[in-house]
Amino acid sequence: MSTTLLFVQALNGLQFGILLFLVAAGLTLVFGVMDFINLAHGVQYMLGAYLGATFAAWTGSFWLALLLTLPATLAIGLLLEFLIFRHLYERDHLSQVLATFGVILFLNQGVKAVFGAAPMQMPMPDLLTGGVPIMDGLLYPTYRIAILVAGLATAALLWFLVERTRAGMLVRAGASNAPMVSALGVDIRRLFMLVFGFGAMLAGFAGVMAAPIFSVEPGMGDNLLILAFVVIVIGGIGSVRGAFIAALLVGLVETLGRSLMPDLMRLFLDPSAARQTGAALASMLIYVVMAAILAFRPAGLFPARR
Amino acid sequence: MKGRDLAVPLVIFALLALAPFIGLGQGHTLTLLARAMIFAMAAMSLSLLVGGAGLVSLGHAAMLGVGAYAVVVLDHARITEAWMVVPIAILAAALFALLTGAIAIRTSGVHFIMITLAFGQMAFFTTSSLAIYGGDDGYTLYNRLELFGSRALEGRLFFHFTCLILLVGVWALVQALLNSRFGRVLQATRENEARARAVGFEPYPYRLAAYAIAGAIGGLAGVLLANAAEFVAPAYLTWQRSGDLLFMVILGGLAGPHGALMGALAFVLIEEWLAKVTEHWRLIFGPLLIFCVFFMRGGIAGLLRRG
Repeated sequence: MSTTLLFVQALNGLQFGILLFLVAAGLTLVFGVMDFINLAHGVQYMLGAYLGATFAAWTGSFWLALLLTLPATLAIGLLLEFLIFRHLYERDHLSQVLATFGVILFLNQGVKAVFGAAPMQMPMPDLLTGGVPIMDGLLYPTYRIAILVAGLATAALLWFLVERTRAGMLVRAGASNAPMVSALGVDIRRLFMLVFGFGAMLAGFAGVMAAPIFSVEPGMGDNLLILAFVVIVIGGIGSVRGAFIAALLVGLVETLGRSLMPDLMRLFLDPSAARQTGAALASMLIYVVMAAILAFRPAGLFPARR
Repeated sequence: MKGRDLAVPLVIFALLALAPFIGLGQGHTLTLLARAMIFAMAAMSLSLLVGGAGLVSLGHAAMLGVGAYAVVVLDHARITEAWMVVPIAILAAALFALLTGAIAIRTSGVHFIMITLAFGQMAFFTTSSLAIYGGDDGYTLYNRLELFGSRALEGRLFFHFTCLILLVGVWALVQALLNSRFGRVLQATRENEARARAVGFEPYPYRLAAYAIAGAIGGLAGVLLANAAEFVAPAYLTWQRSGDLLFMVILGGLAGPHGALMGALAFVLIEEWLAKVTEHWRLIFGPLLIFCVFFMRGGIAGLLRRG
């Protein structure tokens, strides 16, 4: 494999990592602040993609679609919080896993019932079609670079919100001791709702951004959800910084593994078997990394301060 | 053990034994009942972990998968004698549980859920990489297992009663384990780990043993599942399947193996019924699950106890 191809794959890996981060950020905040396992976070990503594609078809504009999807996913997140999740904060993790699993079943099937099982397409914005020369004779799609930039900007914004604003300070305080924050006169329920809605919106944002390059289909959030869980467990639950680094790590390992493993396997196997085995081994790689990290650092790489 | 805890499973076993003779003997119905009994075994092994030891595993489908794929590997090598295959498959699943459990049980709470999920995903991707066994597409068995060289398991009734006998066996085993000294220690470490330690019980070996036993039972269920369908695919090991198993356990209630037994039977029958009513049965199934979590804290077993 040539260095250029490796470079392109590394860029793809970073870009996938950024998308993962957008999903994982909400998950880790909800987890850290409310001690709440939300399996249904992946369907927020899926809903973002579906709403984006639908709005784009209605309005004919990617940007309008993006603008409409963000408040829509925020509203859906708040609605789910109000109807279901808020009643689960006091319950054990098992109940949370099961109830949010029920939400996944419902929404995946709901999307299938409304939009059909066939994948949907979302066109790229005209502004971002085409490619950018990044090396001699090598064009990298502009849209993928835009995802990288938008993701990094969102990460920076999130860092600012969490570390430098009053709401962020309360979120951090809630993560270390929610009852104490509540006792000091902060409406912790409202804080939870805020964090939840914001997390849902981030996942929806990731969904819209991903829609033009991945196929929009029912269940698309499930695999990403599992990877996002791997990210927050590796990064340390509740730590946004940990989630950022772990997301890039997971994105790189996943993408590079997928492109390198089949070649590696070809040394031992015939080409078609090598392709299948390599792809599967690459998918496994990330879980091996996670198990290894958990075996040696059970609290993750950057455990949130308690 | 309370009388009702004993009466409920005995009634269920009697009904299952009578089922072929009271008009439920058609091929489709028996296939469905076999499937329900097989998942009941898996759910009871999971309830040993969740209810007994307080270990919430989101990777239990992998145990069934290891058992099923052991059948596949041996079938491919033309070894189909039950007395060979079943012990090997059970040992394989127990060994898998022992190895992954040794790491997973070092963690607790949320991390335990996540790491069992990760091991389940590893098993899933491993099976989809097995190109000689069909990869993603799965593998069709040449035939069902043989019993001393005879094809008796191909017979619907014989298979039905084989499943039923094993189901009773698994129930009795899990019940006996929970009532034994071993089970008491497990429950003590679940209730209060610090106190269990203080009176001299190190939780780790007990939990690991429970995990391996649950894995072994899961492996047995996997063998039966493979033989019931005469087909095995990585889809058996998806994390959604592990979620289904957890749902069965909670739907039935955590009070003992009879809870998981009822939960699994109810799950499979409701699923079948809803799928007949509408193509989009999950639209009803998902909210049903949420409803159970919200309002049926003791599961079906809890309802019976109150009623």
